[in-house]
Amino acid sequence: MFADWVSIGYLVSAALFILGLKKLGHPRTAPRGNQLGALGMLVAVLTTIADMQLSGGIYWILIGSGILLGGAIGYWMAVKVEMTGMPEMVALFNGFGGAASALVAMSESMKYIEGTSLPQGLELWVVMIAVGLSALVGWMTLTGSLLAMYKLKGGISVFGKWIRTPTWGPKWLNPVKVMLFFGVLTLIVMAVKDPLNSDILWAIIGISCLLGIVLVLPIGGADMPVVVSLLNSLSGIAAAFTGFIIGNSVLIVAGSLVGASGLILTFIMCKAMNRRLIDVLFKSFGGTSDKAELTRTKVGSDVEEVAMILDGAQRVIIIPGYGMAVSQCQHQVKEFADLISEKYDTEVSYAIHPVAGRMPGHMNVLLAEANVPYEQLIEMDEINSEFPNCDVALIVGANDTTNPAARSGEGPLAGMPIIDADLARSIVIIKRSLSVGYAGVDNDLFYMDKTMMLFGDGKLMMSKLNNAIKES
Amino acid sequence: MTPELLIGSITLFVMAIFLGFELITKVPPTLHTPLMSGANAISGISIVGALFGANVAYAGGDTAISGILAFVAVVLAMINVVGGFAVTNRMLNMIAGKRRRV
Repeated sequence: MFADWVSIGYLVSAALFILGLKKLGHPRTAPRGNQLGALGMLVAVLTTIADMQLSGGIYWILIGSGILLGGAIGYWMAVKVEMTGMPEMVALFNGFGGAASALVAMSESMKYIEGTSLPQGLELWVVMIAVGLSALVGWMTLTGSLLAMYKLKGGISVFGKWIRTPTWGPKWLNPVKVMLFFGVLTLIVMAVKDPLNSDILWAIIGISCLLGIVLVLPIGGADMPVVVSLLNSLSGIAAAFTGFIIGNSVLIVAGSLVGASGLILTFIMCKAMNRRLIDVLFKSFGGTSDKAELTRTKVGSDVEEVAMILDGAQRVIIIPGYGMAVSQCQHQVKEFADLISEKYDTEVSYAIHPVAGRMPGHMNVLLAEANVPYEQLIEMDEINSEFPNCDVALIVGANDTTNPAARSGEGPLAGMPIIDADLARSIVIIKRSLSVGYAGVDNDLFYMDKTMMLFGDGKLMMSKLNNAIKES
Repeated sequence: MTPELLIGSITLFVMAIFLGFELITKVPPTLHTPLMSGANAISGISIVGALFGANVAYAGGDTAISGILAFVAVVLAMINVVGGFAVTNRMLNMIAGKRRRV
């Protein structure tokens, strides 16, 4: 009788998740959607506690301390993190979600190894396969997300020395990925036959961790948003598999919802680059090995010259890229926009490429943090027609997303939609050097006669430019 | 788990995947990060499995390795859930605040 009520609790929770996700997709209802999701989670936890109480009692020590400890750490991290560190934090949380599912699976296996009697027949198959798949996806999500987090940070500090996160993916790594994957599947079948063998368990865990690393290691540049949202999808799938272990409907529903909606976002990202998911995972973009030789040179300009052409510009479009995220110069960019719109009465907007940065919506989050009005952030498709009427296009740390070579239909960038910065009357590019972008393709934009290059760190050059405008 | 229950669970799994595909269609880029981070918090639903695991393991006598693993799972899932929803909330306030002011 009480068991029926428990199922209804989980149903309410699942319905709240569905409503929450739906509302998260629209700007006006998004905050409400997030609250509904949180409410759904509360209902699920309370229902679980009620369920445990009704069927044999609760042992609060582990559960209570776990909830309090995890909740406090999570809240503290979320409040403490600076807005600019948000992308890394999301990747880290994602890894924790995957790890939690994987640990539930491992705990289940351990229970049998420690002496709980094994289920029989069909149930043994279901439980062991679900345990295996949950471990595979969960551990993979953990190591993949941790690596993605360090890729978002750009590197890691070891004993005071800064080590850059490597991007490395030779061709022979692809068959290795496939072999590792099928290796785990074989081990899962072995685990069904021999469920008490802990060696198999450790092997599954080890290989899954390795798989997460080799999957993310070769990926960088504009492919990063794809892999970050794919990892998000995987953490949902891991939770769904965990649902099969404990035979719980809300885990299955919520997990597959997140898995599917995460996959949609992944496809949106792929479409923005005109690449298929399979290419992102198995074909390294351009590649670090065969970088194009730079044969052309371009003389850098100084900030006074740039300030001069800005004087009298009626329409300026700012194109931010990963370089802005690295040098954290969004506040200087905003200051620049305020300066010219006050001093020269210039109309300023921002052109946002869907895969600019290293995670979906990266530029939007950074610019929102710098208080840039939402209305000035304009999607690529809408702003591209305005470039012929644009006096100055200011590119801050973007490269591949503006490379006209993408239109030619050849090379690694072929067919990728780009921001038409080359159609503007003059172009100003803030960049460290003439080096190629992640795709490894030389950018013709740099060498056009109407282009002015400001060589240097984004933050430094933006500040200098702002000072030059103030003084002019 | 009876065959009926298994079929029921698989049905649920497949239907929820279809629903997930339909639920999100066109999302404005501003919401890409919040949507991902909100969905990520929902994937912390494995907290339910972790709680059951920790309870059963503890009920079965002294705290064995399986109990400790489940306990760690509770902690990580809670970080994922609470941190995820809180971070998403902060982000959305930032974005929504901007919309209201103009």
